[in-house]
Amino acid sequence: MTRSLVVAEIVDGAVSPLTAEAVSAAASLGGDVVLAVVDPDAGALAAQAALAGVTEVVTVTAPGTDRDHEQMLHAVEALVADVAPQVVVAGFTIRSTAWAAALAERLDLAFVPDVVSLTAAGAEITAERSIYDGRVRAEYAFPTGRPVVALVRAASWPPAEPAAASATRALDVDLPPSRVRAGELTRPSGDVDLTGSDVIFAVGRGVGSEENIAAFADIARRLGAGLGASRPIIDAGWLPAVHQVGQTGVTVKPKVYVALGISGALHHLAGMQNSKTIIAVNTNEDAPIFGYADVGAVADIHEVAEQLQALL
Amino acid sequence: MCVTQALEVSSYLEFTPDGTAIDAAFVTGSLNEADQNAVEEALALTDGDGEVVLVSAGGDEAEEALRAGLTMGAHRALRVPLSPAELADSRTVAAALSQAVADEQPDLVLTGVQASDTGGQSTGPALAAAADLPWATVVRSLGSDGRTLTARREFEGGVSELVQVDLPALATVQVGANQPRYGTFKDKMRAKKAEIAVLTPVDLPTPRVVLTRMSPNQAGGRTVQMVQGGPAEVAARILSIVREVQ
Ligand SMILES: Cc1cc2nc3c(=O)[nH]c(=O)nc-3n(C[C@H](O)[C@H](O)[C@H](O)COP(=O)(O)OP(=O)(O)OC[C@H]3O[C@@H](n4cnc5c(N)ncnc54)[C@H](O)[C@@H]3O)c2cc1C
Ligand SMILES: Nc1ncnc2c1ncn2[C@@H]1O[C@H](COP(=O)(O)O)[C@@H](O)[C@H]1O
Repeated sequence: MTRSLVVAEIVDGAVSPLTAEAVSAAASLGGDVVLAVVDPDAGALAAQAALAGVTEVVTVTAPGTDRDHEQMLHAVEALVADVAPQVVVAGFTIRSTAWAAALAERLDLAFVPDVVSLTAAGAEITAERSIYDGRVRAEYAFPTGRPVVALVRAASWPPAEPAAASATRALDVDLPPSRVRAGELTRPSGDVDLTGSDVIFAVGRGVGSEENIAAFADIARRLGAGLGASRPIIDAGWLPAVHQVGQTGVTVKPKVYVALGISGALHHLAGMQNSKTIIAVNTNEDAPIFGYADVGAVADIHEVAEQLQALL
Repeated sequence: MCVTQALEVSSYLEFTPDGTAIDAAFVTGSLNEADQNAVEEALALTDGDGEVVLVSAGGDEAEEALRAGLTMGAHRALRVPLSPAELADSRTVAAALSQAVADEQPDLVLTGVQASDTGGQSTGPALAAAADLPWATVVRSLGSDGRTLTARREFEGGVSELVQVDLPALATVQVGANQPRYGTFKDKMRAKKAEIAVLTPVDLPTPRVVLTRMSPNQAGGRTVQMVQGGPAEVAARILSIVREVQ
């Protein structure tokens, strides 16, 4: 029996969808699953934490924002002491990675990020990761027997179903003040909304230069499609940030996503891998994107763009 | 400034006989992308007034990463020898790097946000805890007045937040935060000859995580149908798929 502590991720006052997947990962180990909610409004959020497989919900009322990683670190330290889990599970996200490895360091725990499979055989925990652009699957063991902190990759477990509320209790934690002072928060401005497009043409670094984007913007416009981009295009200032698809951009689920000159990095996939049909065009037949596509072509996107324009 | 070498593997690959690593014939290494941004950020912040010291934990590959960083213009480099088994645990890596931090007493420690090959995004926070420094992750546009670090950090969904921490502090620098400079051929020659100090770590924790097996992975879960023919066929196929849903 493996006793697990799942740390809920709170984003803008709601329990994130990945939390339900983390609960699934923990529940699959068998044994108790304690779900922790840390938030100024933790008591009220506990209702959203009613998920199948959860044996108990523990709330920690903490004053800071959901982006305060020092507060999370200290709260989870107290939770680990209170719950005494063999496994601590959270999502592999920017918020969690900011505190999880520091927690492992401070409490002398084993740590494994970006996990896609987790199993328990007696007291032995095994984790698997997908590395080198998804080309290699690697298996990890934890020989010292210390509790394991595992951060799970999105879309690797089915989300736990909503369920009747489990037993809930509050844990009082004396939190030291955070050394990180937060200032202005910026949200993407919404003049373009890719999430509403049925068809998205997205360009990546393969587009080569700023001038080259016009042809793709033209094709997208003429087809009534949205224009997406990978992050380097936004970093270079070739398109505004609202066009960025991926972990730190928008998450889209169109009927057709056409990835043009995009390699298929995990962070980009995070924003589009649930699209219904994915088409990838890349000059490199080894590009990881082809592993995530339904239709692929090894071709130069500029030549394809010329042909598309000729056909329209 | 912590740097590491990132490996790229070919699509066909073979593993070492014990199955815990990729055969060296199938990998090429280069200075990790986020680390190039971190070195650039460090050079821009010091801008001739201050010293950028690089540290990398590992063997020959660490030395190559250090020379690439020296080529960009860093002033000095240290290597902390670690075995592949020790490198598999970000906690052991952080413990080793924190000894360099204790020796050098820098005002600011920068790491990349992630190693692009194994992408753990965890060495920075682990090192901050080991060295007892406040930290911020996934940052870009760093500024310092000598006492306080101001940076913009990123979150999912395009949200970003301005944060401040008192120095000394640690930050993990986001991929694409800036345009990394290239060294000249002369810089490269100078870096090639530069002395790299070796710092032998003491009392390292035993790795708590061990890589036991590697195998080829079929990622994605979709089966791709490749379009044969030239750009005209590809364009026609894309149009027909798009028109079907419109
Ligand atoms: C915390 C974090 C968050 C991130 N968030 C995001 C995010 O939200 N979105 C995102 O996209 N990235 C994100 N990234 C960056 C991500 O890791 C990759 O660096 C990025 O997605 C790569 O973009 P790319 O595929 O366009 O470029 P590359 O990886 O450089 O790929 C370019 C591709 O174009 C192909 N190509 C070149 N020329 C041609 C041609 N003429 N015709 C056809 N193909 C060609 C090449 O073969 C290559 O496959 C994030 C990274 C981090 C660390
Ligand atoms: N062996 C190492 N030596 C020095 N720095 C490292 C090492 N491994 C990782 N780092 C730093 O930590 C960052 C994040 O790595 P990771 O946690 O592996 O994704 C990298 O971008 C480097 O700056």
